[in-house]
This record gives sequence, structure tokens and C-alpha cells, in this order.
Amino acid sequence: MNFETILYEKNNKIATIYLNRPASYNAFTQKMNQEITYAFKLATKDEEIRCIVLTGSGKAFCSGQDLAEVDEQTNHATFLRERYHPMLQTIKQTPKPVIAAVNGIAAGAGMGLALAADFRLMKENAKFVSAFMNIGLVPDSGFLYILPRLIGYAKALEVTVLGKPIVAEEAKALGLATEVYSEQDFLEQVENFAFQMVALPTKAFSLLKRYMLDSMHTDYGTFLEQEAYAQRIAGMSTDHLEGLQAFVEKRNPNFIGK
Amino acid sequence: MSNYIRAFSQDDIGIIQLDRPEVLNALNREMVDEIVAQLESFDQNNAIRVMIIKGNEKAFAAGADIEEMVHSTPLSLEMVNPFAVWDRISLIKKPIIAVVNGFALGGGFELALHCDLIVAAEDAKFGFPEVKLGVMPGAGGTQFLTKAMGPRKALEFIWLGEPMPAKIAYQFGIVNRLVASELVEEEAMRLAYQLALQPPISLRLIKEAVHAAVDLSLQDGKNLERKNFYIAFASEDQKEGMQAFTEKRPPTFRGM
Repeated sequence: MNFETILYEKNNKIATIYLNRPASYNAFTQKMNQEITYAFKLATKDEEIRCIVLTGSGKAFCSGQDLAEVDEQTNHATFLRERYHPMLQTIKQTPKPVIAAVNGIAAGAGMGLALAADFRLMKENAKFVSAFMNIGLVPDSGFLYILPRLIGYAKALEVTVLGKPIVAEEAKALGLATEVYSEQDFLEQVENFAFQMVALPTKAFSLLKRYMLDSMHTDYGTFLEQEAYAQRIAGMSTDHLEGLQAFVEKRNPNFIGK
Repeated sequence: MSNYIRAFSQDDIGIIQLDRPEVLNALNREMVDEIVAQLESFDQNNAIRVMIIKGNEKAFAAGADIEEMVHSTPLSLEMVNPFAVWDRISLIKKPIIAVVNGFALGGGFELALHCDLIVAAEDAKFGFPEVKLGVMPGAGGTQFLTKAMGPRKALEFIWLGEPMPAKIAYQFGIVNRLVASELVEEEAMRLAYQLALQPPISLRLIKEAVHAAVDLSLQDGKNLERKNFYIAFASEDQKEGMQAFTEKRPPTFRGM
């Protein structure tokens, strides 16, 4: 696949998307928004893929919007609708586990991108920065929707308003990062984590993902109905049968993701 | 023989499956004729209590056959009168449920709106894209949608021709149930079986009265309702229903 601003790698049922503009700390350009969207669609369609990893080439994860593309003529609403919204919707709609392997700074919309992932794994010296208020803007790229759902309103307010960088250990304590790995172990540990995702009953995972985030704004009755749908679908899956069988036979299940 | 649909029954549910998958079930005139004839046949069949119209996983029906219309003239349309056959759907007495997975666009949306109930997938998409082809809905779309959601919202959707997500259709009461896409058919069948246990004569009298409410004045509607209420007392199911109630047992309705 020929991309200009990202690299797309497929290996052992894992699709890895590298944001690949290291000279500008992987800042977003319109092209990059489009290529990430396309890469997610590609990985979603590819039946062999059971986990998607997002990471940055070079020192940074993603430094946010490339401000070279923003000037006083910019209509910020149009900008978001055309560039970010398709990308964020595509990431939310992919039924496969998405890992942000945060290898360095994730700032502004770059942090937003990491928030859109299902799991954040951080290198020990990586940082999150909500940079928006520093330039007189509100956090965008889904930030204000996802962050309070992940860490609660009070902490989300601190992160977005005070704008202090969140170092990896703090991110883990907040519940933003699932794991923090040392510089030398990072790649290997991310891969191990991805293997763990690959081994999941992917259908059940996708149902969990489909309903859990939205459960925070649906009423209990609606959610319970959705839970019944999810369990009915999971209950008909091959992996459920395998899980039951493995339990009876006292062995580890071998899930195929269907 | 039908070329564009498949029809079959499961217990007392009559099922029509739209079957032109290669064109996302786009409706041509012959297909609409087949659907209407099949609905009428189910309506006359004593073994059928509820009907279902469904598409496939990708589409309920994505619009009309454009090729059929490209060379139409006002006079050719007047002579063929292609939309008149749709009116016969409104004469069907038994409940009709539309099962919508994927797209229900243009004529497909109109077909769903001609049904009494709609069960849709959470990610289904409704819409009237006709405006983008320089025309407009012609099989009842402007009327049904306006009655369902009011003129302002109806104008917005039909003017812009943009897809209406199932969630919005649900919020406006156009869709009865929003269901995981994998389960749309199963949930629609569950609803159909639930309806099939209800007294069929009550269902048809209720259907007539409710649809009349949309068009009639309140007094005319109440008069019609009253007469239908009286007619229900001619049925054995009314006697069974009231008997069962006093005997504290569940009723068994036979449609007589």
C-alpha cells in the first residue's frame, strides 16, 4: 500500500499504522487524516486482522494539528467536519481492538487520537498534553466526549483547563494508560499486548465496544435491551462454543474471532 | 411466478423477501406489482396472521430502477400511472412489518412507510435522495414522512436528500424498534409472533381506526372507531377474550 504520511504494516493478524511525518513530530495534515481513515477501513475489512495498533515514527506519537495548515481564513468547523470527523467515526466504528502505542508526546488532536483508541500503552518518557487552551481553542477531536468518560469530569476538567503535561506514570494512575513500558521493552511489550488482543474472541469484544461507551448516555432500560442483543449474538458465535468446550476440557480456548 | 421477490410462510407469518441483491433490491414496476399481489394473497390466506417484508443484510431496498424512468415523459407516466398500485398496500387489512437492514432509500423508504411497523438495524439508513436527480418522491414519500415527523423536519430531509440514520428515524417515531443489525430479522419475527397471538379481528379493526385517525376529523374518526368497537362484539374472539379474563386464564384467539 502506498501512503505518503503513514506506514501500514500487516503482521501476525496485527495491522500497525505508523504516523510517519517524524520531521514535524507526526503532526496532522489533511492527507494524514485521510490516510489514517483509509487505513482503518482497510484493517476493518481485512478478515485476517484482529488488532489495530496506532503509533508514531521517530520520537513523537503525534503533536496534533500541523499549524502550517491553519491561518486566519480557516473555518474551524469545516476543518473538523472534513478532516477529523470521518477519521474519528471510522475509528469508533471499527469492531476490532485499537491500541494507541504512545511512543512519545501526544499533544492536542494527537492526544485526541490516542483517546479514540480502546487502549493506550505508553513509553515511560511519553506524555499527554491537551494543548488547545494554550492557543485559545477548545479541545476538539472528540476529546471532551471521551476524556470525562475515561477519567471522570473533575480530572478531565483539570487536564483540559490547566493544560499541564501528563507523564506516563500519572496517566496510568488516572486510568488513561493501561500500561507503561520502559524505553527498551516498549516495542516487545506492545507486541505482546497486541497478541493478547489477537487471541480474544473478537466478536464478543466488538459487541462490548459497540455498547459500553454509549451506555454512559443511554438509559438503563435501553442498555439492558442492547445487552440482550449483544449476548444473543455472542451466544451464537463459534468462539462461545469453543470457550464452553475448553472450560469443560480444562484447557485454554483457541478463539478464531467469529 | 415471481421474478423479483421470494414469498414463503413460517407458521402463521407470511414473509416477502425482496430479491434483487445485485442492485441492492432497487424496485422496478414489476417488482412492486409482485409485492402488492403477494400481500393481497397473504391477506386472503386464512393461515396467515401477520406479514413481513424484508430485504437482505445490505439493503431493504435502495430506491427505484432509474433506467426505467430515464425516458419517461409526463404523458407516459400519466398513462402508465405507475404509483397507483401502491395504493393497494393501504387496503391490506393484516399487520405488515418492514424489516430494514442497510439502506431504505427512495422507493425503498416509501415501501417501508407503507408498512404498519418498522423494525430497523441500529446502523440502517433511510432517505429520499430523489432531489439529487432533479425529481422528488412519488410513491407517497412526502405525505407519509410529513404525517410522521411534521412539515419542517420532512422538508429538511427531502430537500437535502441526505441519509437519515436509523436513530433519528427512531426518535421521530418512524421506526418502532432499533435492533443490533445481526438480529433485525430475529427481533422482527419475535414481534410478528407476538402479534400473531393477538385476536386477528381486533388487529384489523384497530389498524383501520388508527390509519383513519391520520386523515379524518376527530369526530369522524371517533365514529369509525365506535363502529369497529361494535363489530368486535360479533367475533368469537371477543367472547373468548372476556371469558378467559373472568376465568383468569390466557385466551386463545382463533380469528373468528
